Amino acid sequence: MLKLTCPYSGITAEETEFTPGGEAHLKRFGPGSSDDDFSTYLFAKVNPKGVHFERWRHTYGSGKWFIVARDTVTLEVYGSYPAQTTEPPQWIKDKIAAKHPGWTWREFS
Amino acid sequence: MSEAVSALPGASYDGYVSVREVGLQGMVTLRGDHATAPITSAVKKVAGVEVPEAWRMSAKGHIGVAWMSPDELMVMGPYADAPATVAAFEKALKGNHFLAVNVSDARAVFEISGAAVREVMAKLVPVDMSTQAFVPGQFRRTRMAQVAAAFWMLDEETIRIVCFRSVAEYVFGLLKDAAEPGSEVGFFG
Repeated sequence: MLKLTCPYSGITAEETEFTPGGEAHLKRFGPGSSDDDFSTYLFAKVNPKGVHFERWRHTYGSGKWFIVARDTVTLEVYGSYPAQTTEPPQWIKDKIAAKHPGWTWREFS
Repeated sequence: MSEAVSALPGASYDGYVSVREVGLQGMVTLRGDHATAPITSAVKKVAGVEVPEAWRMSAKGHIGVAWMSPDELMVMGPYADAPATVAAFEKALKGNHFLAVNVSDARAVFEISGAAVREVMAKLVPVDMSTQAFVPGQFRRTRMAQVAAAFWMLDEETIRIVCFRSVAEYVFGLLKDAAEPGSEVGFFG
């Protein structure tokens, strides 16, 4: 059971109040892109053992989408932040780097 | 005009707390960024109360304004007044980016009352119902078993619950089940 904090409403609730939305920080390839790019965008998801960024929606609360940084092994949640950003805020990066020395934010393709 | 009826008129159940359907309740959804001046002043003007802080509600007399999300408020009042409330918001917010809709008939309202209301609620929602965590004045949207619901406390022994009208019977069933005599837990002492 995960406990997540919705950054829009500031409330910490348990997992069942939210809906997962898959990998975060994807670069979208839509109409006009090549078949390869579109297929990669649609099907090639990361499946890391460790630090992972996911989209979640506070379905039964504020109704907003946000991004959660968590660890798929320990289920530790590093934090959550609004979805209107293309990369994690510095405090999230620092928190992850403190736990995993040498970790750096990678460029998602 | 046809006569308006609530979802389960007069439904009630006496368990170790009593459950009843409240009946027709005026509800107006107001969407728009609460952090902006047009919305805050319109709420003050139309409802006569301040925009509540996150997860709270402000009330005055028959009017209550509940915080639903950073860009949604629910304005509650007498059923017959809801169309006038919508019209008042439309007038006050003319030219701004907003939406006001009368959703009274889309919802059902229940009230549970008794000494053990916190416990009955705690059986159904993933929310900390202890006296330190939830107090009158707070408003919470959440999941009640399998459906969306919102609730608040009128006082220590009364909780009101709003759900969609389409699931009113389900929610009434849940509340009856949770309030069944013999199912007392006594967790909150």
